[in-house]
Amino acid sequence: MLPLLADGNSGNLFWELLVNGLVMGSLFALIALGYSLVYGIIELVNFAHGDLFMLGAAMTYTLTALAVSWFGVVTPGGMSFAIVLGLLLIVPFFCGGVNVVIDRVVYRPLRQSPRLVPLVSALGVSFVLVNIGQLWIGTAPVSLENKAQLVSDASLTQIGEVPIKWKDAVVLITVVPVMIGLTWLVKFTRMGKAMRATAQNLVAAQLMGIGVQRVIASTFFIGGYLAGLAAVVYTLKIGRIEYQMGFQNGLYAFTAAIVGGIGNIPGAVLGGLLLGFIYSFGGGYSQGNWVDALIFGVLIVLLIFRPTGLLGSRTREKV
Amino acid sequence: MRFRWFHILLVFPFAIPFSAGCSGCNKREANTIVIVSSLPRTGSAKGQTDTMVNGIKMAIDEYDGKVGDFKILFQDKDDAEASSGQWTAAAETANANAAVNDKDVMVYIGPYNSGAAAVSMPILNKAGIAMISPAATATGLTKKNADNKDEPDIYRPSGKLNFTRVVPTDDLQGPIAARFIAEELKKKRVYVLNDNERYGEGIAKEFEAGARKLGLTVLGNEKINVAQQEFGSLMTKIKNSEGGPPDAIYFGGTTQSKGGQVAKDMIKSMPNCVLLVPDGCYEKAFIDSAGAGLEGRVFVTFGGQDPTRLTGAGKTFVEKYKEKYKTDPEAYAVYGYEAAKVALAAIKKVNKKDRDAIREAILGTKNFSEGAIGTWSFDENGDTTAQIFTISEIKNGNFVPVKELNGLKPSAP
Repeated sequence: MLPLLADGNSGNLFWELLVNGLVMGSLFALIALGYSLVYGIIELVNFAHGDLFMLGAAMTYTLTALAVSWFGVVTPGGMSFAIVLGLLLIVPFFCGGVNVVIDRVVYRPLRQSPRLVPLVSALGVSFVLVNIGQLWIGTAPVSLENKAQLVSDASLTQIGEVPIKWKDAVVLITVVPVMIGLTWLVKFTRMGKAMRATAQNLVAAQLMGIGVQRVIASTFFIGGYLAGLAAVVYTLKIGRIEYQMGFQNGLYAFTAAIVGGIGNIPGAVLGGLLLGFIYSFGGGYSQGNWVDALIFGVLIVLLIFRPTGLLGSRTREKV
Repeated sequence: MRFRWFHILLVFPFAIPFSAGCSGCNKREANTIVIVSSLPRTGSAKGQTDTMVNGIKMAIDEYDGKVGDFKILFQDKDDAEASSGQWTAAAETANANAAVNDKDVMVYIGPYNSGAAAVSMPILNKAGIAMISPAATATGLTKKNADNKDEPDIYRPSGKLNFTRVVPTDDLQGPIAARFIAEELKKKRVYVLNDNERYGEGIAKEFEAGARKLGLTVLGNEKINVAQQEFGSLMTKIKNSEGGPPDAIYFGGTTQSKGGQVAKDMIKSMPNCVLLVPDGCYEKAFIDSAGAGLEGRVFVTFGGQDPTRLTGAGKTFVEKYKEKYKTDPEAYAVYGYEAAKVALAAIKKVNKKDRDAIREAILGTKNFSEGAIGTWSFDENGDTTAQIFTISEIKNGNFVPVKELNGLKPSAP
């Protein structure tokens, strides 16, 4: 049915969709990590995470507008490179900071409550963030390119006949080192050890002298940081932002986290990439309005055969 | 948890709307006639509907708020919700029911979206309230069509007509875009996309039919997933169509259903392709969301004349508008004004507070010239006989009209 590797145009189509899927998948994975990290530590599905991502995109837009008003018209080149670097430095810290504040103000007082309470609060936080976004960027979608063309639309290189665009390259160049860095952080540092211990057993970790609240706050910071990073590269690639963008992207990312096994870091990445490929090939080989059906169909089938996700392990019963 | 005074303060803001609930509802006088408008006042259509409401208010102001023996009260209702960013069936239903239950409501101006019209038409039809839409253009709302045999009778449970519109319908607008592609741009191969909504899917079908009639090659007609944030893989697929990329893409949809993103993704992926969009994208918000590089690549059809092209009373209206609101009116401002003028003229003629009489007077509007778009009539379906279409391109962030076409002129074979 699908002329996957047929000659001529359709072969080209396959490879272009593959690149597109890889790029979108990395974006989903970045956001999914935020869900997974937080869930891994305190078993909270942070529904506000997608909207935090939206605030990051809004920040990216505002900072770009500021930069343009300071430096004048910006075209792809030296100056835009500096601005992109600046965005990649500032926005993740902003999102990380906001996430820590949300945890301190909303989730931390509810740490001892039944699990549904913080869950519902997360929905509330999501609404608050959406409305902040609406006040911030307005109700109409806006386009980053109307402020400045930070990354060129041109191709960086070609592999065979498949163009690799600068915009795709920016995503991959940013995402890959960050994922390696995150793995290193969690596996080989003191903080990572503390995080893993807290995830395993919060009370025991506390008894062992681990500053559990500090570890949780750091986890929220890292999750927010990744969402901010995703927001910057997303805005550079896609360009259009609106106050509702957090919902759909958050939903995809959350699905990716579940597919990979929520709470599991490599799982979130794997789930994100898998989702990216379904998203891309689904859009390319079937009708566009079938994409969501495909994605959630895969989710259902997967959960039937592997209820814990691809790499997830069974959560221990809490006594 | 311990009781704290602090918590009382938290509850306070929520208590205000309830305690102050009745300070706004001053009693109306018996000779008040209410004109309601139901338009998406939240979300990205707000810029467009702001100018429509301004147009309506200007028309009422011209009468000093008094017509015949009656005082005119205008209610500006919202049929959109912030959570969805566009019209919702729930909000439109609520507005229609509120209008039915308010005995002073005689005219319902709106809605903006054809899908919303399909929701509120039967409700208002039963109550015999006249509707004048300044923007809803789906064919099936007033005319028999091949897609749905039940239309338009399902919208008229009382058997009488109550819906009129001052803009021409999509069975004219779709083919106009096809004509522009074939005759002006001299392109051959088109790909059709639609947003799977009442208006977008309908106009895309009309376009496709028109395009086939003109001998254009239609490579496909596909629904997009409007929940999606970008259409990179869709554009990749279209680019790799059999026989190469199309010369033109038609998108049946609105700014709210991601028209801007479709434009953006097309520009990035196909350097020699143009995009045509219908009047649902004819607003500043579309340009803001579509980004850069639109010049010569994106064209918009619109069932009427651009504000800059209006003459006579229309020109006067645009000047007065600029003087009063200090901005340029968007395209539909004049249609808001026109709709209100029709309503006011009918009320003046009837000079009775009677829904049925006013409804009949509005439907019987013939050779109407008190408005700003020239002389026109409502036909037996409640559609306007004014059928000039404008096709605009985008230059420096503004729509610039490039061509006016008459919808009734038969297409060249």
